[in-house]
Amino acid sequence: MSEQAEGVRMSRPVGRVDERASVKIAARGVNLWYGDKQALFSVDLDIPDNHVTAMIGPSGCGKSTFLRCLNRMNDTIDSARVQGDIRLDGQDIYAKSIDPVQLRARVGMVFQKPNPFPKSIYENVAYGPRIHGIAAGKKALDEIVVTSLKKAGLWDEVKDRLDEPGTGLSGGQQQRLCIARAIAVNPEVILMDEPCSALDPIATDRIEQLILELKENYCIAIVTHSMSQAARVSQRTAFFHLGVLVEMGDTADIFTNPQDPRTQDYITGRFG
Amino acid sequence: MASTEVKTGIHTSPEAARRLARRYRQEAFFQFMGLIAIVLALSALAWLMASIFGTGLSAFRQHEVQITASLDPELIDPERTGDPEVMRRGDYRTILQRAIYDRFPEAADDRKLRLQLMEVYSVAGGTGFLRDFVLDNPGRVGDTVTLWIPASDDVDQMLKGKFDLDVPQELRKVTDVQIAWVRELQASGELRASFNKILFLNTDSRDPELAGVAAAVVGSFYALLVTFVLSFPMGVAAAIYLEEFAPKNRFTDFIEVNINNLAAVPSIVFGLLGLAVFLNFFGLPRSAPLVGGMVLALMTLPTIIIATRASLKAVPPSIREGALGVGASKLQSIYHHVLPLAMPGILTGTIIGMAQALGETAPLLMIGMVAFVTQIPESITTPASALPVQVFLWSDSPERAWEERTSAAIIILLGFLTLMNLVAVLLRSRFERRW
Amino acid sequence: MAETNIRAPVAELEDLTAKIARMGGLAESQLTDCLEAALRRDSDLAQKVISRDVAIDALEQEVEEDCVRLLALRHPMAGDLRAVVAAMKISIDLERIGDLSKNVSKRTLVLNREEPVKLIQGLGRMGRQALAQLKEVLDAYSLGEPDRAVAVWRRDEEIDELYNSLFREFLTYMMEDPRTIGLCTHLLFIAKNIERIGDHATNIAEIVYFCHKGRHISEARPKGDVTSVMRIESEPGESS
Repeated sequence: MSEQAEGVRMSRPVGRVDERASVKIAARGVNLWYGDKQALFSVDLDIPDNHVTAMIGPSGCGKSTFLRCLNRMNDTIDSARVQGDIRLDGQDIYAKSIDPVQLRARVGMVFQKPNPFPKSIYENVAYGPRIHGIAAGKKALDEIVVTSLKKAGLWDEVKDRLDEPGTGLSGGQQQRLCIARAIAVNPEVILMDEPCSALDPIATDRIEQLILELKENYCIAIVTHSMSQAARVSQRTAFFHLGVLVEMGDTADIFTNPQDPRTQDYITGRFG
Repeated sequence: MASTEVKTGIHTSPEAARRLARRYRQEAFFQFMGLIAIVLALSALAWLMASIFGTGLSAFRQHEVQITASLDPELIDPERTGDPEVMRRGDYRTILQRAIYDRFPEAADDRKLRLQLMEVYSVAGGTGFLRDFVLDNPGRVGDTVTLWIPASDDVDQMLKGKFDLDVPQELRKVTDVQIAWVRELQASGELRASFNKILFLNTDSRDPELAGVAAAVVGSFYALLVTFVLSFPMGVAAAIYLEEFAPKNRFTDFIEVNINNLAAVPSIVFGLLGLAVFLNFFGLPRSAPLVGGMVLALMTLPTIIIATRASLKAVPPSIREGALGVGASKLQSIYHHVLPLAMPGILTGTIIGMAQALGETAPLLMIGMVAFVTQIPESITTPASALPVQVFLWSDSPERAWEERTSAAIIILLGFLTLMNLVAVLLRSRFERRW
Repeated sequence: MAETNIRAPVAELEDLTAKIARMGGLAESQLTDCLEAALRRDSDLAQKVISRDVAIDALEQEVEEDCVRLLALRHPMAGDLRAVVAAMKISIDLERIGDLSKNVSKRTLVLNREEPVKLIQGLGRMGRQALAQLKEVLDAYSLGEPDRAVAVWRRDEEIDELYNSLFREFLTYMMEDPRTIGLCTHLLFIAKNIERIGDHATNIAEIVYFCHKGRHISEARPKGDVTSVMRIESEPGESS
C-alpha cells in the first residue's frame, strides 16, 4: 500500500530531492570577505541537478552573496575576496584555467529587478548567442530566439512585436524576457536572485510555474525572501543566517521539521 | 452627548491648527523667495540681452552710396596687357576721387571741402570695390560703371541716429556741409541702407565699415575642430578607464581629485601652459588654431571626463549585471550597453565643454591668436583669430562704429552658442532611452 | 509534472482525497468483516480483521504527514484549506472506526469460545445500519455531496434507538439469568462499539458538510442514545 502511495507521490513536486539526482554544484568551505568584513563563513552546499534549490534567510544573511559566488559575479566587486572550493560538475570554477566570462555562459543569472537591455525584444534574446557566436547565421539565431522565448513562456505574448523595445513590456513579461535571455545562451545552471520580488502575485505565479517547468532541463538555484515561494518551487532548501549556512535539507523537511532552532524561529516568523 | 461635538485630539486642537498655518506660511514664503530669485535672474538676463541687441542689431544694416566711375585704362592698365597682376596694382583711388568730384563739382575746387567730401565715402571700401569689379570684369575697362560702395562709418552712424546733430559742428564727427551732401544723395536715391554682408564675409579691417568676422569664425571653427578631435576621444576613454577599469586606490583617488581641480583652474593658466609647452618647447606655429585648439582641449578635458563619468555612473548597474550575466566580457558590456546609454549625457557634457571653449579668450591671447588677421585662415596652422578674441579687439577700438560691431559680434557668438546648446538638447532627446 | 499548478494544490488534494477514499474502503471492509465474523462465529475472519488494522493506522499516519506537508509547502486557502483539514479529521475518524472494528473482533473471539446465543442477531441489524451509514457518508465525501452527508447525519438517531433497545434487552437477560452477565457484557460492548462507529460516521458527515459549505450543520445533533442516563431498575413485579 505504501509503495503504491509512493508511485503517486513521485509525479508531484512534494519538496523532496530524488535520490538519483546528481550533484551539479558542490561548494565546500566557502568564505567570502568584503574588504575586512567576512560575509560568508565556511559554507558547504550541494546543489542537485534538475532540481530547484532555494536559499532563504533574513536580509544580509549572505544568500545572495553565495549565489553570486556560483557564477563569479562577485569578481566584479573590487573588495570581494573568495576562498574555498566551488565545483561545477567536479571542476573548480575558481581555478586559473576557468574564464569567468565562459563560466557565466554556463551559469546564467536572472536578477531581482527585471533588467532587459533597452533594445528590441529580439535583440535582448539574441545578444547572448551573438557574443558567444553560438548561432551559425541569421536563421539559426532566429531559431534560438523563438525557442528561448517559447521556453520562457513569452512567445505567444510577443511574437507579433519582436521589434518593440523590451522595456515596454510589463514587469512580469520583462522578467520572463530576462529568463529567455539567460536560456538563449544554453546554460547548464540558472541562478535566480529574488526573481519575483518586484512583481505582482499573478506575474509571480507565472514565473514560479516557469521555474518548475525549467527544472526539468536545468539546475536551478533561487534566492528568495518569500518562504512560501521557496516552499512552492523548491525541492531543497538552504537556510542562511549571518553568513552561515545553518541548515540544508529537502524542502519538505525544512518546512515541517527543521532541526536547528534558528531555522525553526525564522520559518515560524519568530525573527527575521 | 452632543452628536456634532468634535473630539479634540493632538491633530484637531487649535494648537494644531496654528502649527498647520505656520507650516503653510513657511511654504508660501519659500515659494515667494524662489519666484523673486527667478525674476531677478531673468531681468538681469533681459537687461543684458536688451543692451547687446539694442546696440548690436543696427550693425546688421549698412548704408551704401552709389558712384558712377569711369574706368580709365590709363590708370588701370596703361600698357593694355590684360594681366590681372597689373590691374590689381591700378590707381583706383584716383578713379574713385574723380567719380566723387564729378558727382559734387562744387566741392572739387576747395581743398577743405574736398577732404570733407571724401569723408562721406569709405575710401578704402570704394577702392577695394572698384578693384574687385575690374578684376571680375576685365572687359569693362574704359567703360563708365555705376557701383554701390559703403558709406563712411561716420555717415553710417549719423544716419543710424547715433550722433546728436544739435550740438555745434565743431563738436561732432560730421559737418553741416557733409550732412547737406548726404541729404542730397538720399533725395536722389543714391544712398540706401541694405543688409550688411560685409560683417559676415570680410575679415578684420582698420575701417569699421569694412570689418567682418569671417576670419574669426573660421579660426574658431578650426580651433574647436582640433579641440573636439583631441578632447572627445581622450576624455571619454579616460573616463571609461577611471570609472570602469581603474582599481580604487590612493593613486586613482589622487588622479580623480586632480581632474576635478583641473576643471577649476583659471583658463589663463592653460594659456600660459600652451605658450610654454606648445610654442616654446615644441615650436608649434604661433597664432595658429592648432595650438589654440590644443590649449582649449586641455581646458575641455576635465569637463568631458567629469560629465562622462557622471553619465556612466548614472547607467543602472542592473544593465551591466545583465550583460555580464549572459557572459559578456567587461569591455563588451561597456561598449554594447553602458556607453550607448551614457551617450546623451556624454554628448551634452562635451557640447557644453565645447561651448565653454568657444567663448574662451584668455588662453588664446597667451598663444597669440589675438593677431590682426586680414586673411581667412586656410588651415589649422595659418594664423587666425577667434570670435571672442575679435570681440575683445573690437571693443578696444576707439571709433564710434566699433561699438555696434562689437555687440554684433557678441550676437553672432551667442548665436553659435545657442546653436550648440540646441544640438545638445536635440542629441539628448534623440538618444535618450528609458531603462 | 509540467502541468502542475503552482498556486493551487489540485493534484495533491486529489491524492489526498484518493487516500481517504482508500482508507474509507478499508474501514468499510473491516466493519463488514467484523460483523460477519461475529454473526457467523468465524474466528479466522475475526483474526484477519485484527491483523489488518495496522494498514489503516499506517494510512492515517501517511495522511497526517501529507496534510502537514501540504500545509507547510503549498499554503492552501479557503476551500482547499478546509479540504486538507477535513481529510485530516476524517482520517482520524476512520482510524477510530478501524480500532472499534478490531475491538469487536477481539470480543468475537471471546464470544466464540462460549455457547452461541440468539441475542447476537440483534447486533446484526444495528451493524448493517452502521455499515450503511458509513458507506453513504464515504460516498458523500468522495462525490462531494453535502446533502447526502446531512441525510446520514439525520439517520444517526436510528442506530441510537437500536442501541437503546439492545441495551434494554441485554439488561433484561442479565437480570433474568446472572450467568449470562459475562457474555452480555461483551455483547453490550460490541453494541456500544457499533454505536460509536455510527457516531464517527455522523462526525464524518459533519466534516463533509463543513468542507463543502464552509459552515457547520446548524441544527443540534440528534441524540438518541439515552443509555447513559438510563436507570437500571428491576422489573417492578420481581423486586417486591
